[in-house]
Amino acid sequence: MVIAGIVAGGVGQRMGQSNMPKQFMKLAGKPVVIHTIEKFLASPEIDAVVVGVHPDWLHMMADLTAKYFPEEKNLVLAPGGDSRNGTIRNIIEKSEEMFGADGGTIMVTHDAVRPFLSMRIIRENVKAAEKYGVCDTVFGATDTIIQSENQEYITDVPIRKTMYQGQTPQSFRIGLFREVFQSMTEKELEGMTDVCRMFFLRGHKVYLVEGDSSNFKITYPFDLKMANAMLEGGSHD
Amino acid sequence: MINVQYKLTSPLTLETFCENIDLNSEDVLIRPETLSVCKADIRYYFGLRNAKLLKRRLPLTLIHEASGEVLHDGSGMLEQGDRVVLLPNIPGASAGYGENYRLDSKFRSSRADGFMQEMICLPHSQVVPYRLMKKENAAVTEFVSVGIHAVSHYMGSLKRKPGHIAVWGDGGLGYCVCCLLRYFLPETSITSIGVHRRKQEMFQFVDECLTADEVSGEPVYDDAFECVGGQASGNAIAQMIDTVLPEGILMLMGVSEEPVPINTRMVLEKGLTMIGRSRSAREDFVKAVEIMENNRMFSDRIGMLISDVMEIRNMNDMHKAFRQSRAVDFKLVMDWNV
Repeated sequence: MVIAGIVAGGVGQRMGQSNMPKQFMKLAGKPVVIHTIEKFLASPEIDAVVVGVHPDWLHMMADLTAKYFPEEKNLVLAPGGDSRNGTIRNIIEKSEEMFGADGGTIMVTHDAVRPFLSMRIIRENVKAAEKYGVCDTVFGATDTIIQSENQEYITDVPIRKTMYQGQTPQSFRIGLFREVFQSMTEKELEGMTDVCRMFFLRGHKVYLVEGDSSNFKITYPFDLKMANAMLEGGSHD
Repeated sequence: MINVQYKLTSPLTLETFCENIDLNSEDVLIRPETLSVCKADIRYYFGLRNAKLLKRRLPLTLIHEASGEVLHDGSGMLEQGDRVVLLPNIPGASAGYGENYRLDSKFRSSRADGFMQEMICLPHSQVVPYRLMKKENAAVTEFVSVGIHAVSHYMGSLKRKPGHIAVWGDGGLGYCVCCLLRYFLPETSITSIGVHRRKQEMFQFVDECLTADEVSGEPVYDDAFECVGGQASGNAIAQMIDTVLPEGILMLMGVSEEPVPINTRMVLEKGLTMIGRSRSAREDFVKAVEIMENNRMFSDRIGMLISDVMEIRNMNDMHKAFRQSRAVDFKLVMDWNV
């Protein structure tokens, strides 16, 4: 079984306008998260979709799913947790409860605010997670990455060709996630914003799936403008 | 949901265009799975068409030969995972003509966007389900359907049973037409006339292979098929007029960019009939799928049309495929994984 876990736990702080979380903002007349859900529902590799939503916004998400997917039985909501990994845990629990997911189930976690995800990326995530247990979607860095430990001076300039930008999906077997998550200390979990980092810290090889420049995250007002411009009929290369 | 099309914006330049498509329509949502490159696509890609026409038609999504996987069918007639062949013709409304020849019909990768897309929504009338074929073979169904369209029309025009037919052209179309003639008219002698001995090695199932310079010039063939196209089609047609017996049929199938001269005096003297057929209709697709799925010999021969299969994951792969498609003997199929 393969389940898509869409992480829509955000509460909308960075858009700098209304406090509407960015996953609910309109893209070509439709909320961003709806585009993302549609892509997973259309993917033959995906059996069910669970959307993790901040508890304050569950009501809105429920209204939207009722409006856009009135008859869809393979789509349910889960309350978001305190952190990204907490939301993923809740999505897993909901998957077990509603769809009978178990340790062998593949969970494809994805940001709600990356609606330009391609079918290829979904397919390759599922294949890689089945084969290797865990994988991450990445895109080769085009800018040089600068590291600064103290935010004042450069502490390192890593060789660019070894640098990637992390995207989503991040996919894994639920059993492996549980094992790794339970082994984490509270200190290790502090500030842990990335699920693959947990696997990496416990010595698991995380397979790389090639992402795409268009699979970008709608974070700032500029991103939403760009996303809308991309859908207005013009080329975006 | 967001869909991506890969459009040719100028020769050698592909760009991605995004669009919103809705799931809850009555149409079939399909993921193109295998795409076959046609000479027409190659001419667009390399800018070998007339400059004014290119300016008018581009940006254009290329490829009109494809098969796909059903993702969603609002009507419930098809299930997720079913395989279909995609039809490139969008029939116009004007009555009185075949759907493929109406002036208001549109053909994909020409007057309408083609199949180089992540997903596509098509009405049921523009897909034909298949079950048994390899997906690579399914990509060339349109190509086979064009041959069926021409051969069926030819057979419907016959006044006498042909004893000997000659097919000019040793490319994919010539090969396909020879396969179809062997299938539909097993008793008839077939001569393949080409330029490349090496390519003609593939035509083992015909009775005779000649190079164009070996053609005697004497009238010996009952009827003939032109599958050459381009400027060379002029020479081929001239040989056909010379070597076809009186009241024979000349089927013209190759596409020439510029007008080619025709020896009308001899056409009139012999009472020859020239018929142009190049665009198949839905019934031809249905027939093509039926033969390709039920006749092992035919489908094995058609499988030889596929000279190369390339996996396509990104735009770089697409450029490589177009470059490679010029180098292969017959057809290049893209294993579409975008």
